[in-house]
Amino acid sequence: MLNRSVAPAFKAIKNVNLVEPEKYVHPNGLKSFIFQAPELDLIKLEFTFDNILLKEELAILNPVLSSMLKEGTHTLTSKEIADTIDFYGAFLMPEYSFDHSSLTVYTMHKYVGNVLPILADILQNSVVPQEELDTHIRNNKQSLQISLQKNDVLARRFFYNEVFKGTRYGTLPTEDTYDSIQREEILELYKKQIQPANCNLFVAGNVDESLKKMIGEMFGQNWQNSTDLVKVTSLNFDSYSTKLFVEEKADALQSAVRFGGLTINRRHVDFPALQFVNTLFGGFFGSRLMKNIREDKGYTYSIGSFVGNLRHTGFMTLASEVGVDVTQQTLEEIKKEFEVLRQEKTSVEEIDLVRNYMQGTLLGSLESIFSHVDKFKAVYFSGLDINYYTYYSDVIKNMNPDSVQDMAIRYFDYDKLFKVVVGKI
Amino acid sequence: MINFNRFKLDNGLTILVHEDHTTAMAVVNILYKVGARDESPEQTGFAHLFEHLMFGGSVNIPNYDAPLQSVGGENNAFTSNDITNYYITLPSNNLETAFWLESDRMLSLAFSDQSLDVQRQVVCEEFKQRYLNQPYGDVWLKLRPLAYKVHPYRWATIGKELKHIEDAKMEDVKAFFNKFYTPQNAIMVVAGDVTLDEVKALSEKWFAEIPSGNIYERNLPQEPKQIEPRHEVVEAEVPVDAIYIAFHGPERLSSDYYTTDLISDLLSRGSSSRLYRCLVKENPVFSEINAYMMGSIDTNLFVVEGKPLAHISLEEAEKNIWNELEKIKTELVLDAELQKVKNKIESTMLFAELSILDKAMNLAFFEMLSKAEDYNLEVEKYNVVSPNDIQRVAREIFVKENSSTLYYKSKAKENVE
Repeated sequence: MLNRSVAPAFKAIKNVNLVEPEKYVHPNGLKSFIFQAPELDLIKLEFTFDNILLKEELAILNPVLSSMLKEGTHTLTSKEIADTIDFYGAFLMPEYSFDHSSLTVYTMHKYVGNVLPILADILQNSVVPQEELDTHIRNNKQSLQISLQKNDVLARRFFYNEVFKGTRYGTLPTEDTYDSIQREEILELYKKQIQPANCNLFVAGNVDESLKKMIGEMFGQNWQNSTDLVKVTSLNFDSYSTKLFVEEKADALQSAVRFGGLTINRRHVDFPALQFVNTLFGGFFGSRLMKNIREDKGYTYSIGSFVGNLRHTGFMTLASEVGVDVTQQTLEEIKKEFEVLRQEKTSVEEIDLVRNYMQGTLLGSLESIFSHVDKFKAVYFSGLDINYYTYYSDVIKNMNPDSVQDMAIRYFDYDKLFKVVVGKI
Repeated sequence: MINFNRFKLDNGLTILVHEDHTTAMAVVNILYKVGARDESPEQTGFAHLFEHLMFGGSVNIPNYDAPLQSVGGENNAFTSNDITNYYITLPSNNLETAFWLESDRMLSLAFSDQSLDVQRQVVCEEFKQRYLNQPYGDVWLKLRPLAYKVHPYRWATIGKELKHIEDAKMEDVKAFFNKFYTPQNAIMVVAGDVTLDEVKALSEKWFAEIPSGNIYERNLPQEPKQIEPRHEVVEAEVPVDAIYIAFHGPERLSSDYYTTDLISDLLSRGSSSRLYRCLVKENPVFSEINAYMMGSIDTNLFVVEGKPLAHISLEEAEKNIWNELEKIKTELVLDAELQKVKNKIESTMLFAELSILDKAMNLAFFEMLSKAEDYNLEVEKYNVVSPNDIQRVAREIFVKENSSTLYYKSKAKENVE
């Protein structure tokens, strides 16, 4: 007779095997990284640029430049670029993050020769047509107006504005800054940022010899640097307010709660241990915040905390949307969870659960060759190599009640966090 | 192309196995053939609330999540108007834990009052977060009852109103479980680093003794043909007007479904699509515009939605949409343009095969719809669609008598003018 109350025996979770890319430095300074998956019919090329800022307060120009890349060159219109990319079933995606802008293309292997010349043209000959820029700004202003009606968006903006104030990370778009954008500034930025010496190219898929040759010629030789490279300097961060700030919204049904502050980033030796404690605290469905505030009290649909890695700092943030009638109680419960985390030893059972969960998630995150690229990028841009993941796994495996508490005391200080509520309290 | 094997237990549970040994993970995906369309009009939102209760402990296992997380696994679920789908991803050497957990909750839930109390509140907060406390969040609570008058698609998965969720009783929960959560009403797909033999043995061990339960005969009222244009205006605290036009379209199993899906791609997929090119770029009327199919099993909706620019009235915006729809009705689409959207289908299908979870979900969905083999025929079904098909179906669908139009007006904008 089957005993259903006893769980099957646990089997140890395997270590991950990461793909080490082939690395090339091309004559023009472009660095390329090739991740082979010969069985795949898809190819991904990701051109990643360090963000170069004309000024810290002009950070809004970088995402605009990123979007404008596919809007026209000397010889191709926005429409011609779109028609060709779509015809070959390809996907062309400009992406922007705080530290990097990238242009990614996914294409079927059989059409790579049709798609790459478009990329080469974009990288060398973009013209940012005024009319396309006007359209982009007009549409983005309208979607900004809509976002600003959302309490969670407002709370997040308050957080970035305060904690990262005076830097690129704290410079968020407004309708006024959209209005002040000049085409000449975008073109100047294009010249400074979109050049091979400022580019890392990640290629994944079935990269045969002829494709390597094509990439080498098109992007490693024929693409010229247009100006001297501006080196990214380090950033300084001011202190920020830690008092609770409330933005009242009379008609709100829910309040958006957002806490956060600066912390270490991946370059710091404690980062994996910090990620461990964050996972335990608020980083997954079984975290303390979820168990208490959702699964026990029913105050919210979701609550979570997150540790972010940036080039010039790290940050921790916590967010939820909760019923207006239980906002005050939620704030008290969050505070209590911080105190418990710092003052009480975590049980070995809870630590085992989080450890196994994190190991399983890491193993599961390696779905295709494209996820190997992401894993590599994460460490490469922090000046590390893929041996970092061995270190990460060792730290996760060795966490114990003392090290959890040690990390909690060092990095989980409620009193040092910025706190905002948008809604009602 | 996804390869798989199928077998069935004596209690009626269908099991599909897809082996992919390039990964160290396994997926266990269980689709229950029940969705919001199976609810009573007086108890809407129940299928989704029930999905939450499936995580509240089962007859022999008090806590569902923790034992799974302890072996490196993750899980989630979703409810649609047609189905409820649960999935687990975990390291393949711990596969049996998934069988243990899933079989126990198929056997019986714990039916804990505490879980019902808490999840009622959680779902009410979800209702607020996604539908009531968001700009345009309640659109589907308005558009569904405008487009459907009879079919249970007239309410959204979350339910018609908070009160239906607040009023849910334990006796209703038990009755729902007994009616729908039976082996013969479920499809299980096991995919990834697993073998057919291993899955057969584990299925026999954990699922075979679950009683088969009664057969559920679905007998839903079907939507009568719409014969008059419908129009509704709502006003809300949003900064920008929006327009939604919903047309009835073919059922999921109709060959015209593929034609209609390609029409939505011609109109709105990618930066080269017609609506984006004509109405955002060349003749700027909208800041954003989209066209898509709902993908429902029964009579579908084809939706065009957009947000006009500040100086454009909703009437003018509507006229511009109709101009584009008229073009696709009167002018045959060129082969190259049709080939373009077919190529996009081909590359999209390649992406869907990168993930064992996507593969498992697709197999389960097609097994429920007809048979899992049909998933592998999808590209071909799109490929045979001709320019004449596009024109014929566009002419059937894009007529005023088949349309429900919602003007979602900004109160703030009214005040300015």
